[in-house]
Order: sequence, then structure tokens, then C-alpha cells
Amino acid sequence: MSDKKANQPPLVRLRDLSKHFGEAETRVDALRNVSLDVRAGEVIALLGPSGSGKTTLLNIIGCILDPSSGSMELDGEVVLTDGRWVRPNLRRLRLDKIGFIFQFHNLMPFLDATDNVALVLQLAGTDPREARRRALELLDYLEVGNRRSSMPAQLSGGEAQRVAIARALANQPRIILADEPTAALDSKRAGIVMDLLRKVAVERDAAIIAVTHDEKIFDRFDRIFNLRDGRLESMSSNGMKSIMVGPGDVGERI
Amino acid sequence: MNLAYRDIRHGLGRFLLTCVGLGLLLGVVLAMIGIYRGLVVEALTIARAPGIDLWVVEANTRGPFAEASRIPADTREAIARIAGVAAAGSITYQTVEAEYQERKLRLYVIGYEPTRPGGPPEIEEGHAIARSHFEMVADRSSGLVPKDRVRLGRDTFTVVGSTRQQVSSGGDPAVYITLQDAQKLQFDLAPPATRVQLARGTGSTGRDTVNAVVARLHPNASPDAVAETVRRWKHLAAVTQEAQELILTRSLVDRARRQIGLFTSLLLTVSAVIIALIIYTMTMEKLKQIATLKLIGAPDRTIIGMIVQQALALGSIGFAIGATLIASIKDYFPRRVVLEPDNVLALGAIVIVVCLLASALGVRAALRIDPATALGG
Ligand SMILES: Nc1ncnc2c1ncn2[C@@H]1O[C@H](COP(=O)(O)OP(=O)(O)OP(=O)(O)O)[C@@H](O)[C@H]1O
Ligand SMILES: [Mg+2]
Repeated sequence: MSDKKANQPPLVRLRDLSKHFGEAETRVDALRNVSLDVRAGEVIALLGPSGSGKTTLLNIIGCILDPSSGSMELDGEVVLTDGRWVRPNLRRLRLDKIGFIFQFHNLMPFLDATDNVALVLQLAGTDPREARRRALELLDYLEVGNRRSSMPAQLSGGEAQRVAIARALANQPRIILADEPTAALDSKRAGIVMDLLRKVAVERDAAIIAVTHDEKIFDRFDRIFNLRDGRLESMSSNGMKSIMVGPGDVGERI
Repeated sequence: MNLAYRDIRHGLGRFLLTCVGLGLLLGVVLAMIGIYRGLVVEALTIARAPGIDLWVVEANTRGPFAEASRIPADTREAIARIAGVAAAGSITYQTVEAEYQERKLRLYVIGYEPTRPGGPPEIEEGHAIARSHFEMVADRSSGLVPKDRVRLGRDTFTVVGSTRQQVSSGGDPAVYITLQDAQKLQFDLAPPATRVQLARGTGSTGRDTVNAVVARLHPNASPDAVAETVRRWKHLAAVTQEAQELILTRSLVDRARRQIGLFTSLLLTVSAVIIALIIYTMTMEKLKQIATLKLIGAPDRTIIGMIVQQALALGSIGFAIGATLIASIKDYFPRRVVLEPDNVLALGAIVIVVCLLASALGVRAALRIDPATALGG
């Protein structure tokens, strides 16, 4: 990380974030006192065995799940204090500031590639022609411009995922959350998608937090965190592949 | 971009199929409403045909349709002399099975005095009865056309004119003949014993009887006042046109009307439930898409708009299909199917309301869905 980046306020700032589901015997502590700062331009990986709380953490950062306690700032704005949302209209916040990339592309099956991207632009108030123009630009940027008129069902997994990434980037969010974005792709495609995300982070000054199990793409991340029973541990700051392949580290995943 | 429209266009075949199914269902509902209205209209047709104000019938009866009525034929002269009466005519009604082209034809035979009230309304084809014997004006629904010859009782009649949609409350086509012919027909068809009595003039009723006398009043005369005057003759009763129509709908076709009415309500309820189910499941199938929309930040009004617009599109297209279908086949029903704009619009309004209510259910589910469900596989 460069000094310049280190001086900016973090795009995502989590303090003592905890989340449990259920009570008493059925209580599951999905997150325990998670604190994390992610700066613009950073690409962060979240690892951890199944059930360790990765999705839970992403959902809270994405403001679609209520935490039990803790506080959170997004892009310098306090959105959560003591486990309570303090910012009104979280949906608008998502539309403007957060891009989601899912394991399954979740494109609207009834809209073609261009309109899937244009949709979120229009929802944010961009006029329809401008939305289409920018959508086409983004599809070109993600190298799927040639499939602009295809319906999602006609796209390959990798193409669909890139359209979904275009959609996530459409409103130029500063925070991009990705839950296993490459799980549905072969390793070559996975590498291409990750390179794209890195490019976005650098060129658009965004923070990217991605859940992944994919060892082959670890070298694309600036920092890697491991979640274990809801606790966040820092694994490395890049180039720590040797640690990752050590016994017992990621071998628990299914 | 309009998500409702784009989604419909994407699954156009399925959407249209659903519309057609709904259209057939709503068509059946409309047909039932039309049959119901037709029943009431047909019940009133014969009573309305002469265009008169007062019915004079036998005392203590609600004739001539709901109950049998017999009064002397000379009653007409007495009635014509009452102040306020513009014209009066004697009239008879009887159901007769005629032989026509080697098949039985059930006819509702109306005997009237050609120069007085009681005759057929508009003649569509041919002309009114011109001679005093063996001419007939027949309704088209009987299949008889001018120049046809039909045997009634012992005589053969020639059809000279046609009317439209003149049927009895039982749906039998009406034919008009002269009063004299009708009286002879009544005599010819009476059981032999009665006939002997009638011929001797010893029967309880003479041969020169009619079923009712109809009277047309002067524009400023009160039907009730004239009716009062008529009732002073102890052997007569008077029923105003308004009261006659009430008797017909309330007692004559009452059971049939209620039967069809109840069935129509049932059908309407079933259709409402089916429409609601279709719309509700249509929304449920889209829950994951809706969760995704919420996740990427679409406001509620986008989601509500999509559900409600689709529901309304389905309802109105289905309704249009049903209405068109029934409008184009209603004339092929054996009895009248009356589609009144009021009823059609009312059903349309009901369909729209049901669609809105059903989409409200869908909207409720959609607004409740957790955006996080979009993330699952
Ligand atoms: N809605 C919920 N109700 C109850 N428990 C839940 C709920 N969501 C998650 N959990 C529990 O919280 C824990 C963390 O779940 P989470 O989905 O975050 O795991 P994960 O790390 O994403 O796992 P995976 O790699 O399988 O996707 C799990 O034990 C899970 O059973
Ligand atoms: Mg998960």
C-alpha cells in the first residue's frame, strides 16, 4: 500500500462488529468483534471454512443484514452505531455506493445484457439514452461488448459474470462486494475476472472485498483475511501464498 | 424502462396463454350474466310487446301469465268506455305444439284483434295480419319465414310477417293470429268433454272468452285510478304494466332467476380466486428477481409498479378476450344472451379490483422478502 492511500480515510471501517443468530441453545455466533479498515484501491480477500461468517460479514457491509452490535462507516459516512442503523434509506445508499457481485450472476432474465446494466443507471436517475450509452461503454470495458444484445440465458457463465460486474460498477460505487465471484468460472476465466476487478479498484479508486475459496487467484489480492468461527485474522499482505498452502489452513473448506 | 412490459415480452407465449385461459373463464362468467339478463328480458318480452298500460284479468288472479285468467270477450267494450282509456283490445295466450316440416314445433300463440292494442311490435319482414282468418305473424326464432304454412289445430295458417326476439317466458317462439282464429284454436284443442260442454253452452265458461283485455291510456291518465275503476266490476281485476312486470320477474321466472343468479355468483367467486392465485403465483415466481432488485437498490415503487402493472395487464387482456369471445358467439345460444354495457363494465371493474387485491398480496410478499435471499444459490 502506498503512503498516499494510507492517508485517505478508509472506505469501509468496521469496529467490533458482532452478529449472532438465534438465542440460547440455538445461538450461533456468526461474527465476533470484527474490526477492519479497507482503503480505496484495495482488493481484499475473505477466506474461511464454510459457516465461518463470510457471507454474514458481506451482508452487513452491504447493509442488507442487521448486526447485533458494532459500528460501521462507509465512504466516510457513519451508517451504523452500537448495532443500529443511523443512516436513512439504505437502499439508496446501496444504489449509489455499493456494487454487488454474486456467485450466480443474478441478472434479470428478461433484460438483455445492455439493459441489465442500464437498469441500475436508470434506477439512480440517469436518463434512458445516457444509461444505455454508459452501459455499452461498461460492457466494452469488461470485454463483453459483443454480447450487448444477448439475453442472460444465452451468455456463457463467464460472460454473464462480466455483465454482472458491469452492472455492479454502473453507478461507480466506491465499495464492491463479491461473494465467490469466480466460483462458477473455470480458472482461466476466474483469473480474467479478478484482473478486471483489480483494474477497477485501481482505476476507479474503489475498495473490493471478495469472498473466495480459489487458491489460484490469491495473488490478485492486496490483503487476505481468514474468518474462523466468526473471528477475523489477518493472513498476509500479498505474496503469502506459501502460508496459505501450509497444512490445516484452508483445508477445512468443503 | 418498463420492467413489467419487458418481463411480459420475454415470456410472451406463456403470458398470452394465461390471458387466453383467463379470457375463457371470464367469457363463461359473462355468458352466465348474459343468460341471467336474457331470462329476465325474455320473461318481460311478451308483456312489453303490446306497449300498453293496463292489464284487465279475471278477479283474484295475477294473470294472464303467472296465473290462468278467463274473462268474457265483451269486457273489452266496457273497458274502452272508461275515462282515461285510449284503446283496449282482447287478447289470448296459449302454448301449442304445431307440426312443421315433420317436426314438432312448440309455439306460444297470441290471439289479438288486429285493429286494437295487443299485436306484435315491429314486423321485421313481410306485413301485419291483413285478413281475418288463417294468417300468422311468426317470430324468427321459430324458424318460420313468410309464405311458410303451418298447421295449428284443424286449420292451416300462412306466415305473412316475422318479428324478432318475441318469445314466451319459457323461451317458446311467439306467433300472432287473429282473436277469432285463436278462440277457435282453443276450442279445437280443448279436451273432448269440455268441447261438448262448450258447444252446448253449459260449461262454466263460454266459448267467447279471452285471457285478458289490454288497455292503452291517455298520456295524462293515471293507471292506478283506471285500475281502481276496473276493480269495481267484481269479476275483474286490473294489473298495471309496472305491476305485471314485477309479477313476471318476481314470481314467474323467480326460481330460474335465483338459480342462475346463485350460480353466476359462485362462478364469479371461483374466477376471482383463480385470478388471485394466478397473480399471486406470478409474483412468487419472481421473488428472487425482486430480492435482487432490492439488493441493487431499486425503490419499492419500481417493484410495486412491476407487480401491479402485470396484474392489470393480465386482467384487462383476459377480460377483453372473454368479452370479445362472448360478444361474437352470443347469438348462437338457443335462448337470448343479453350483454348490457352496464353488466359488462361492472364485471370489468370487478376483475380490476380482484387484480389489484391479488397484486396487493403479491406486493406484500415482495416487500417482505429479504434482499439477502438474492445471494443464495
Ligand atoms: N439467517 C440465519 N439464521 C440462522 N443462522 C444463520 C443464518 N445465516 C447464517 N447463519 C449461520 O451463521 C454462520 C455463518 O454463516 P455464513 O453464511 O456467513 O457462512 P459462510 O462463511 O458464508 O459459509 P459458506 O462458505 O458455506 O458460504 C453459519 O453457522 C450459519 O449457519
Ligand atoms: Mg457464504
